[in-house]
Amino acid sequence: MTDTYSALVNNPVGGFVAKNLGLPKPVPLDRYVEGAPLIDGAVLVGSAPGGRLGPSVATILAGADAHVDSRLDDEVRSPLGAAGVDAGVWNPEAPGSQRWKGLVFDATGITSSEQLRELWSFFHPTIRRLAPSGRLIVLGTPPEDCTEPRHATAQRALEGFVRAAGKECRYGATAQLTYVAPGAEERLESTLRFFLSPRSAYVCGQLARIGAGKDVPGIDWERPLHGKVALVTGASRGIGEAIARTLERDGAHVVGLDVPPLADDLEKVVSSIGGSAIVADITDPEAPAQICDELQAKHGGVDVVVHNAGVTRDKTLGGMDEERWSLLMDINLSSEERINDALIERDLLNDNGRVVCVSSMSGIAGNAGQTNYSTSKAGVIGMVQSMAPVFAERGATINAVAPGFIETQMTAAMPIGPREAGRRMNSLSQGGLPVDVAEAIAWFASPASTGLNGNVVRVCGQSLIGA
Amino acid sequence: MNSQTRPAVVLASNRIPFARSNGPYAKASNQDMLTAALDGLIAAAGIAGERLGEIAGGAVLKHSRDFNLTRESLLGTRISPETPAYDVGQACGTGLETFILTANKVALGQIDSAIACGVDTTSDAPVALNEDLRKILMEANSTKSNADRAKLLAKLRPGMIVPEIPQNAEPRTGLSMGEHTAIMARDWGITREAQDELAIASHDRLAAAYEEGFEDDLVTPYLGLERDQNLRPGSTLEKLGKLKPVFGGPEGTMTAANSTPLSDGASAVLLSSEQWAKEHGLTPLARFVDAETAAVDHVGGRDGLLMAPAYAVPRMLARNELSLQDFDFYEIHEAFAAQVLSTLAAWEDPVFCHERLGLDAPLGSIDRAKLNVKGGSLAAAHPFAATGGRIVGNLAKILHENGGGRGLISICAAGGQGVVGILEA
Ligand SMILES: NC(=O)c1ccc[n+]([C@@H]2O[C@H](COP(=O)([O-])OP(=O)(O)OC[C@H]3O[C@@H](n4cnc5c(N)ncnc54)[C@H](O)[C@@H]3O)[C@@H](O)[C@H]2O)c1
Repeated sequence: MTDTYSALVNNPVGGFVAKNLGLPKPVPLDRYVEGAPLIDGAVLVGSAPGGRLGPSVATILAGADAHVDSRLDDEVRSPLGAAGVDAGVWNPEAPGSQRWKGLVFDATGITSSEQLRELWSFFHPTIRRLAPSGRLIVLGTPPEDCTEPRHATAQRALEGFVRAAGKECRYGATAQLTYVAPGAEERLESTLRFFLSPRSAYVCGQLARIGAGKDVPGIDWERPLHGKVALVTGASRGIGEAIARTLERDGAHVVGLDVPPLADDLEKVVSSIGGSAIVADITDPEAPAQICDELQAKHGGVDVVVHNAGVTRDKTLGGMDEERWSLLMDINLSSEERINDALIERDLLNDNGRVVCVSSMSGIAGNAGQTNYSTSKAGVIGMVQSMAPVFAERGATINAVAPGFIETQMTAAMPIGPREAGRRMNSLSQGGLPVDVAEAIAWFASPASTGLNGNVVRVCGQSLIGA
Repeated sequence: MNSQTRPAVVLASNRIPFARSNGPYAKASNQDMLTAALDGLIAAAGIAGERLGEIAGGAVLKHSRDFNLTRESLLGTRISPETPAYDVGQACGTGLETFILTANKVALGQIDSAIACGVDTTSDAPVALNEDLRKILMEANSTKSNADRAKLLAKLRPGMIVPEIPQNAEPRTGLSMGEHTAIMARDWGITREAQDELAIASHDRLAAAYEEGFEDDLVTPYLGLERDQNLRPGSTLEKLGKLKPVFGGPEGTMTAANSTPLSDGASAVLLSSEQWAKEHGLTPLARFVDAETAAVDHVGGRDGLLMAPAYAVPRMLARNELSLQDFDFYEIHEAFAAQVLSTLAAWEDPVFCHERLGLDAPLGSIDRAKLNVKGGSLAAAHPFAATGGRIVGNLAKILHENGGGRGLISICAAGGQGVVGILEA
């Protein structure tokens, strides 16, 4: 899809105009290409005194063969050394011209608001040294897991820091916060990798919570879904197609689902990735049983279920007929609940299973003309949160991504005013691509993401709406 | 063969004051300076006419006519001409290496006494014939007929008169030693301020050593120079802060004040067995304990050119079951302040110690009050092969005056090498 505004402001004259009108200048974002290293540049690692994630971070970076630096007097150098990371030294007082692609700070040692100064100490001399499409990552302890009120207060404060830093990051760089519950240190890897890599290109200012869960199995990070079966609804086009292709790239056998009128398109997509198709309308009362039957017969179960199929039926509430409301609610929410229930009832979700739902920014912020849509997408978030313990009991997880403005046929059809506003009103000053949503889904879908359950992560470039 | 070893002890040392390049020693040759240093030592120890086991010496920059520099120098002194000698070369480690070689021979009982010495001049540096000119002249020399010779000589071009001047650059990287060290300084995050502080301390401590008479029996005046010409005590961070960086580009931290200048000088150390010392009525100042040399791959590896001592020391410590903190004095050659500070940083770094040294824990920090207590190369300057003798003589006297103790010597050298040793009293 051509983004006319980007093309315009990235040419000299347009750029001049954009600058003088105070319009943001979007930069092309780094995106993952198969076989590329985890991160294309050095990572500076730091720790507040007493941090507990140093060993995990060191082991992950060692495994990814990343070039790592730290301050010489940083506690994190001991775990780095122990993990076999031949880390370089950086001294803010002799800064040189060093630049980093990633800044990772373990803030778990911060137990009081006074100690929040550690954030300043680490990031003040370094944030301007973050390369284009760089990654600023803060690791903390979930406030709900802190017994001391001051500890919880300080850890909650990290959220404000990351959200503000995300807005200050330039040239396509992003900022994220990850809360790692005590005892969940070993489950950090899939999340740290996702946030460091260009796979998280359009994710900014987000918070992931890593908690209890199964032990992380050994996986091949190039093909984490090798041997897994993934069901993707609405797979014939748009975001669903990108999800199908991305999960296949990660090693999965993809079972794509779409409505009968799109059967040909669906067939094209799944046959190009060696997958299989289920033609069904998910609102059909027989659909859950049909899906279960096919998965059971052909694959004996399913490892990953992606609830992507969704529609908009926009109208302000006063002018909205009942059908617009009910049909949308059935497609976007109720049918997903029924499919989940059927899979649970028939015990078809394999061990270490994953359910990943596609919510929306509108479900968080609410959108005029979309009372039905916003209700359904907020309901998806509700479903993720309410079902998380149910899936946890079965050794599975359920999470959601909430896309912001994604360049698809749906958004291309919007009138220019709202479309340009939607594209630009975020920290990255551009719309995301379907693959950006797909990468976030692949992260939740990874067998290594055992500690992520009940999370809702936005893929919105840190939209100003509904922040 | 003898399987027993015996202590080798340091008895005395002597050096001439070190001069800046093209200064007072501009017209002195390596042989002149080395002879002067040896003469001073022979006089001080009262060993004129003695036949010693051997004299080992060397110079980093050497004329081809000086192929037997140490032996020729010896013949100009009052030591017995029946004393054998040989030249040693290990870049800036040469001086210390001559001491290690001769001390080992004493320890093995192969010799009873020796002088270890070194000299260098950057004023009278060997200028070589242009390589093209040399080839033509060599060919002309071996040509029989005059006509052929004339033909060859007709090939001479004016450009061939430009001589080959020795360069202070690493042959395999083309970078000067200063540029290499600037990379180390950057890699280890060494600040300008820390380097300048080390330089100020070096000058102030050497000046104090002269004031208190410590240098009186270590240094013999030469060609009108009584103290090291480079010595500038009483400087401040503010003053040194004004100097422009000379290495590492405009953002560099290395200046003329925290790098050693090119210089001229010579030094010599007398050592022997305890028995020989007793027979000659000389008091042992310190005992040679052990030494180690190391080298790094500064061309293809991740280590900086002058980081080899960071490897040599821990190997030597392990062999002697010592920790880095088990020393009363540390003599770390200040080729550049950044070299010393990078080495200390490496020993404090859990990553370097684990990854490159294979140790479970870092070596740790040293008490900086024990480092180069009588000043170092930044103040005295660094006539390459003469530095080892200056440091050995210095440390032996420090240990003796202290009434005992243990001292560490660490010297970095071109080509990615390091030479280190331990003395005890
Ligand atoms: N495009 C965006 O900017 C954006 C933003 C936020 C959320 N989303 C969400 O992302 C998901 C995909 O959106 P898209 O932009 O790719 O839209 P799209 O219309 O291009 O694709 C949706 C797919 O779902 C299928 N589908 C619809 N109803 C179905 C039914 N009853 N049974 C089976 N399949 C059905 C469609 O046939 C289609 O293939 C949706 O849930 C949407 O709400 C999109």
